Amino acid sequence: MSDDSLWFRPPPRPSHPPIAPTPVETPRVEISIDGQAVAVPDTATILDACRSIGIDTPTLCYLETLTPVNVCRVCVVEVKGSRTLVPACSRRVEPGMEIQTNSPRVQLSRKMVLEFLGSSVDLSTAPTALEYSSRYGANAGRYGPAKEAALAGERDAREPGHHHPPGSLHAETVAQPVKIDNNLYVRDYSKCILCYKCVEACGTDAQNTFAIAVAGRGFDARISTEDNIPLPDSACVYCGNCIGVCPTGALMFKSEYDLRQRGEWDEARQTKTDTICPYCGVGCTLSLHVQDNQIVKVTSPLDVEVTHGNLCIKGRFGYGFVQGGDPDKE
Amino acid sequence: MFGAGGGTNSYREVEETNVILLWGSNARETHPIFFHHLLRGINHGARLFTVDPRQTSSARWADVWLSLDVGTDIMLANAVGREILAAGLENREFIGHATTGIEAYKAAVEPYTLERAEQVTGVPRQAIREMAHAYAQAERAMICWTLGITEHHNGVDNVLALINLALLTGHVGRYGSGLNPLRGQNNVQGGGDMGALPDRLPGFQHVEVEEFRAKFDQRWGVKVPPKRGWNLTQMFEAMEHGELKALYVLGENPLQSEADQALARRRLENLDFMIVQDMFLTATGQMANVVLPAGAGWCESDGTVTNSERRVQRVRKAVNPPPGARDDVAILFDLAKRLGHDWGQPNSEQIWDELRALSPPHTGMSYARLEASHGLQWPCYDENDPGELFLHSRLWEQPLNGPQVAFQPVQDDPPVERLTPEFPLRLTTGRRLDDYNTGVQTSGFSSPLRRGETIDISPDDATRLGVCSGEMVRVSSRRGHVEVPVWIDERLRPGLAFMTPHFQDEVATNILTIDATDPKAGTAEFKAAAIRVDRIGAN
Repeated sequence: MSDDSLWFRPPPRPSHPPIAPTPVETPRVEISIDGQAVAVPDTATILDACRSIGIDTPTLCYLETLTPVNVCRVCVVEVKGSRTLVPACSRRVEPGMEIQTNSPRVQLSRKMVLEFLGSSVDLSTAPTALEYSSRYGANAGRYGPAKEAALAGERDAREPGHHHPPGSLHAETVAQPVKIDNNLYVRDYSKCILCYKCVEACGTDAQNTFAIAVAGRGFDARISTEDNIPLPDSACVYCGNCIGVCPTGALMFKSEYDLRQRGEWDEARQTKTDTICPYCGVGCTLSLHVQDNQIVKVTSPLDVEVTHGNLCIKGRFGYGFVQGGDPDKE
Repeated sequence: MFGAGGGTNSYREVEETNVILLWGSNARETHPIFFHHLLRGINHGARLFTVDPRQTSSARWADVWLSLDVGTDIMLANAVGREILAAGLENREFIGHATTGIEAYKAAVEPYTLERAEQVTGVPRQAIREMAHAYAQAERAMICWTLGITEHHNGVDNVLALINLALLTGHVGRYGSGLNPLRGQNNVQGGGDMGALPDRLPGFQHVEVEEFRAKFDQRWGVKVPPKRGWNLTQMFEAMEHGELKALYVLGENPLQSEADQALARRRLENLDFMIVQDMFLTATGQMANVVLPAGAGWCESDGTVTNSERRVQRVRKAVNPPPGARDDVAILFDLAKRLGHDWGQPNSEQIWDELRALSPPHTGMSYARLEASHGLQWPCYDENDPGELFLHSRLWEQPLNGPQVAFQPVQDDPPVERLTPEFPLRLTTGRRLDDYNTGVQTSGFSSPLRRGETIDISPDDATRLGVCSGEMVRVSSRRGHVEVPVWIDERLRPGLAFMTPHFQDEVATNILTIDATDPKAGTAEFKAAAIRVDRIGAN
C-alpha cells in the first residue's frame, strides 16, 4: 500500500459542508394576540405564537419534548368566535385568529384550575404551580379543609363510577401514603396533578417502555402500573425519564426524598454542572446536582440533541461509584 | 472507514431514514438513548431489520429479525450483496463514480447464493432476500453495528462486508444513509481520535508518514518514533515472549476484560514492572508494582470526550476526588517532570488548544465554541466550520472530489472454535441494560433489574440437560470452568448460550472465552466460544 492511500492520508475536505435537506418552507399565518399582529408558520400553536412575542403563558402538562395532551387547562386562551376557551399548547394557529391571553374570562379560568389543583393536590414541591397560583390569586382554601388522606392502596382499588359525591365541608384530595418499592425513585401520588407527562415520556415520546398509564376515571383517575403492581414487578426499566419531566415532585429520586425526609435537602447549597455520561459511547449530557461534594441527583437538559433530556438507568442512577458505593449497602 | 474512523451519520439522521439494519447490536440495552432516536425513526415509518443470533430486546422492535448462527455474518452479508446484484438493484451510477473493484466484488460474492446462506446462517432465504431488496431500494438506509460484528477473530472482515453493501447501494455520504459503529464505551471514539492507537497520531495522522510526524517533532521538540507500535493483543503476546517488560495501565482492567483470563494472568505475571492508574483497586491493580489513585475523569476533572456521532463534548469537574486521588493529567504532568520534562501547570484548555494546532479535523473547535453549542462534530477545520453532520459527502460531488473507494471483498470464515460432542453449545457474550463491562462502576448502585450472573440457555437445552432455572451448573470450555446458576430464556434458540462479563468477581466469564484475535484489529472472539454445561454432582 502506498502512503498516499486512504489508509495513510485522510480524504479531502468536501467542497461544501454536508447539511440536512432543507425542509419545505411552511406558509406564514397572520394572527392577532392581545391586539398585537403576529406572523407565525402555519404549523405553530397558539402557545408558540405567544412565546414568539414574549407572552408568558402558564403551562403544567406541556413540555417541548412531549406531544401535547392538553389536560391541565392552565394555558387556555380566548379565541374570538370560539364558544369555549381553547388550550394554547395544542391548538394550531389559523389565519385571522384573534386571541386574548389575559382577559377576565381567561384569568378566572386559570385561577379556578389552580384552585382545584391546590385544594386537592400537595403542591409543596411544585414551584411552578405555586408561582402561577399566586400570579392568578388562587385561593385553594375556599373549598374547605382537606379531607383525611386515603389509606395505602385505597385509591388504587377504586372502581370507575363507584365514588361518592363530595360533601360540602371538606375538599376532596388525592392524599395518600408515598409508594416506596425500590431504591432509585419514589412515587408520591399525593403530589400528582395527572399531567400525563410521565406517561408520555414512558411511552412513544421517549422511552417506549409503556410501564405506566392512567387508570380509573374522573377524580379517581391515577397513574398506575399494570394492575397496580410494584415497580420491580412491572415493565419499568428505571430510566427515570418520568422523573425528569414530572413538574410537581410526585416522582422523586430516592436520594432527594431521603435528604428531604432528614431535613437535609438544601438547594441553596447545591451546584449543577453539565458533563458527559461515563458509560456507553452515545455521549449523553448529565447535569450533576451536587450538595456537599456528593451527587444528589442527575438530570439532562432538554435542549441537547443527543438526549432531549432523556437518560438510561446507568446515566441517571449509576454514579454511586464515585462516592464510595451505595449507601444502602454500607 | 475510507480514511477516518468514525460513524458517518448523526443520531438525528436515524430519525429520518427509511431502512435500518441493526447488525450485531442490542442497542435497546447497550445504547439506550441512541435507540430513542432509532425508535423515532420507526415511529416515522422506517423499517428495522435486526441481525442477531439472539432475539434481543432490540429485535423485538424489528420488522424482520434475522437470527443468524453466531459468526456467519459474512456469509449473510455476501449473500445480501449477491442478491442485490442478481436483482439488478445495485447503484451503478455511484459504483462507477466513486468506487473501484466492483468486478472483484461480484466474483467474490458469486458463490454466496441464498440457498447456501440459508443453510449456513440458518436464516430463511426469504428473509435475506427481503432485507437485501429493502436495503437496496430504500431512498435512505443506514447500517448500525456494535460488538456482534467486531468481537470475532475476523471482526475487520465483518466490517468490510458491511461497508461493501453500502458501496454497492450508494448508502453512504448522504443524509440518512451511512455506516455507523456504535461506540461501546464513553470516549472510545475520542481515544482513537486523540491518537491512542498504535499507528496514529492525533487526528488519524499516520505515524509512518514523515510530513505528519514532522509537525509533532517540531511542536514537541522530540522525535516521534517513525514506526507503528503494538496493539493490545500484540502487547499481550509480547509479554508472553518477554519482549514487553513494563506496562503502564490507565483506566483499564485487562486481567478481567481480556478473553481467556488464565492466559491473561500468566502474561501479566511475566512482566518485570506494572503501574496501574485507576480510580479503583481493580483486579489488575492488585497485581501492580505501583498503583496511582486517579480521580473520575467524567466528574472530577475538566476536558473533552467524543461520542459515536463524532461530537466533541465538554466534560466538567462537579465534585472533588477523595483524598489521595488525583486528576489523570496532573499525574502525567508530574511523571513527565520526574523524567526531565517540565510541562508547566496542567490546564485542560491549553492541552486542547495544542491538539487543535496539530490535528486539522479538530482545529475549529475552540472551548468557547464547544461551550456555546453542546459540542461540535469533527471534522471541523476552522472556526467558521459548522462541523460535518455526515461524512463522505465528497463521494457524491461532481466531479468526484478525491480518490475513489475500493470494494474489499471478504470471505466467510466461521468461528475458530468449532462445536464438538464434548463442547456442543455456542457461548456468546454481551451486556445487559443496567450493568457495564466488568462491573467495576455499576456495582456502585443497586439496580432493581439486577439478577447477578447466570448462564442463559434455551428451554430445549434446559430440558435436555435436566436443569431448572436457578440451578447451579458447571460451565466448561477448553480453557477452564466456572459455576453459575441457570436462567432459562425462551428467546434463545437451542444450542445457544449467553453470559455477560459484568460479575467477574463472582463468575469469571472470561475464563471461558477464547483469545482468538483478529489479525488487523487485535479484537478477541468474545462472541463465540464452545462450551458444555454439566449438572453439579452429575459427573
